[in-house]
Amino acid sequence: MREATTKDHASLAGAFIKDEKRVDWHDGALWYIREKRDIAAKQIPEWEHLREAASMIKSNVISNLHEYLLQFESNLKKNGVTVHWADSAEEHNQIVYSILKAKEINQMVKSKSMLTEECHLNEYLEERGIEVINSDLGEYIQQIDNEPPSHIVLPCIHKRKEEIGELFHEHLGTEKGLSDPTLLTRVARKHLRNIFLTRRAALTGVNFAVAETGEYVVCTNEGNADMGAHLSEVQIASMGLEKVIPQKKHLGVFLRLLARSATGQPITIYSSHYKKPRKGQEMHLILVDAGRTRQLGRKDFRDSLKCIKCGSCMNTCPVYRKSGGLSYHNTISGPIGAILAPNLDMKRHEDLPFASTLCGSCSNVCPVKINIHDQLYKWRQVIVKEGYATKTKTLGMKTMAWTFSSPEKFKKTGRAGRWFLKYFPFLINNKLNPWYKQRDMPEGPSESFGEWFVKNENKKS
Amino acid sequence: MNVGLFIPCYVNQFYPGAAKATLQLLQKAGANVAYPVNQTCCGQPMANSGFEHLSNDCNNLFIKNFSSFDYIVAPSASCVLHVKDHLHSDTNEEQAAEIRSKIYELVEFLTDIIKIEKLDAVFPHKVGLHHSCHGLRGLRLSQMSELNAPSFSKPQYLLNMVKGLEQVQLDRQDECCGFGGTFCIAEEAVSVKMGKDRVADHSKNGAEYITSSDLSCLMHLEGILHRNKSKVRVIHIAEILNAAT
Repeated sequence: MREATTKDHASLAGAFIKDEKRVDWHDGALWYIREKRDIAAKQIPEWEHLREAASMIKSNVISNLHEYLLQFESNLKKNGVTVHWADSAEEHNQIVYSILKAKEINQMVKSKSMLTEECHLNEYLEERGIEVINSDLGEYIQQIDNEPPSHIVLPCIHKRKEEIGELFHEHLGTEKGLSDPTLLTRVARKHLRNIFLTRRAALTGVNFAVAETGEYVVCTNEGNADMGAHLSEVQIASMGLEKVIPQKKHLGVFLRLLARSATGQPITIYSSHYKKPRKGQEMHLILVDAGRTRQLGRKDFRDSLKCIKCGSCMNTCPVYRKSGGLSYHNTISGPIGAILAPNLDMKRHEDLPFASTLCGSCSNVCPVKINIHDQLYKWRQVIVKEGYATKTKTLGMKTMAWTFSSPEKFKKTGRAGRWFLKYFPFLINNKLNPWYKQRDMPEGPSESFGEWFVKNENKKS
Repeated sequence: MNVGLFIPCYVNQFYPGAAKATLQLLQKAGANVAYPVNQTCCGQPMANSGFEHLSNDCNNLFIKNFSSFDYIVAPSASCVLHVKDHLHSDTNEEQAAEIRSKIYELVEFLTDIIKIEKLDAVFPHKVGLHHSCHGLRGLRLSQMSELNAPSFSKPQYLLNMVKGLEQVQLDRQDECCGFGGTFCIAEEAVSVKMGKDRVADHSKNGAEYITSSDLSCLMHLEGILHRNKSKVRVIHIAEILNAAT
């Protein structure tokens, strides 16, 4: 994988925006999905009730996580599944490695797992001589380009078909200039078919884990998770602790919401339920914390654990659409990524809660009603209090607060030349100022409303 | 009905016309309007930047200025939403709560409190309505496109009373303009791209004016329009509703 960049969202977004045609196309593609989601949502009269129900089920889950996880574990064991608990990403990776090593397996196929991206499992295993292939087309494309996914549902949405054709030419030997999506998909399928047939181990993610039965559900459109799992001798599932739901009937709420929110489909093509190992097969399930219980302990941010990873907040977010998922420099990008990432590493991700206009669209498409934009606001307060604001910004804000705290000071600075130009993030009408780079300032009127009022209205009385 | 007029700091400095129109609309509607001259700011610029903890003195000043009124009205959805959601006081929380419950944005004050049924305004132009996000999703001035819920629009209801005004249909009815407070500086490239795309939607659908209940959005859009020498102009909704016959 390419080295993770240390640049912040604003500069990465700035670089993405330089190619304006690409931005327009990226924005349009995601907006099209948002519109498909709207059409799908509006065909269900009880849509808003479904969202409320899903939100409440998830509230119950995160309030009683301990009990549900133990129930789930006990049922998994009854079903013959080996259960592992991982406190951290490293521990998760070690567990996967030890499972494979015990069976002397050095090749694995993977599908539908953002969690293993978050844990950087591929790199970990590759360093230890184990080859991993991501079998979902979008993730496969990102893998051969040595780039992380830019979107949790549409991993290579930022790439044009011509670029994908070029990658396939380089890596899979397709004809130069071939960019027809159907033909390219056929080539990938043929290549992957051989992978499925020869890999003894398959790892998948988990969309929903049912505590009551010990089964887990993986939702896909391509069926690659099934292909890998059904042909494997060792099947591994990695899931974040928060993916558990109490009962099987609750799937009737979540499965209706997930695909409609994600892509506007009524349901994913495959909703596969995995419960017991086949004869001669080993099944392992790894429950991963990796910061989730820390987030659970943050009163203002615990609701972020309700997320079902549909990606609708990304599709609707105008900042995401204009800046691209990779500008968030975190596995989970977009608005939800911006409220999850600071919990993982506040110093590295202190910029993300500020990469938003707080427009609130994300919170209102969210199928589990996470108050994403409120949490962004709250993370800003936490990040500043923890000392991650720059000195210039802190000084500016202190000056501003001081000015606003008294009418005398306010009037003085106002008279001295429109305090706004002076203090509102240091707006000075010159070409070096960020406001003025592509925008003009309003023409200052000869007198402010306050000055006019004192002259005119007071005369009347 | 005693109304305290809150004119946000940047409106006071840059858009006195919108403030005068607001004052006159309220007076025409029969309200007894006072403008406390010692007002400064709602505190949002600090709070949205993560410095909410510095806004206590500013909040206390706000409480001091506006406590005595039956209602507080401002021609800015964003500032009103900030006060409603985030104005607190470490010494005077009871009064802070009262302030939060009696502040209104101008449009909602006219439709919900005054319950205005007609206006004598004339504005013979093609107008695009920009929903500010804080007005739309925060104050619920209109129904947002995200929800599966009956549509309504308070600003549209008022604009429909204006003679000669023709509203243009937009491709994206309620997309954010990209202003976002300090976002417009910190994320200059994204902010401007968002603004350019909003402006293009209004222009290509034939708007002569872009109106909104938030001047912060309009200031940003105006900056882009002016730089690109566009003929499209911005105007606060109060100035349309108060446009003389």
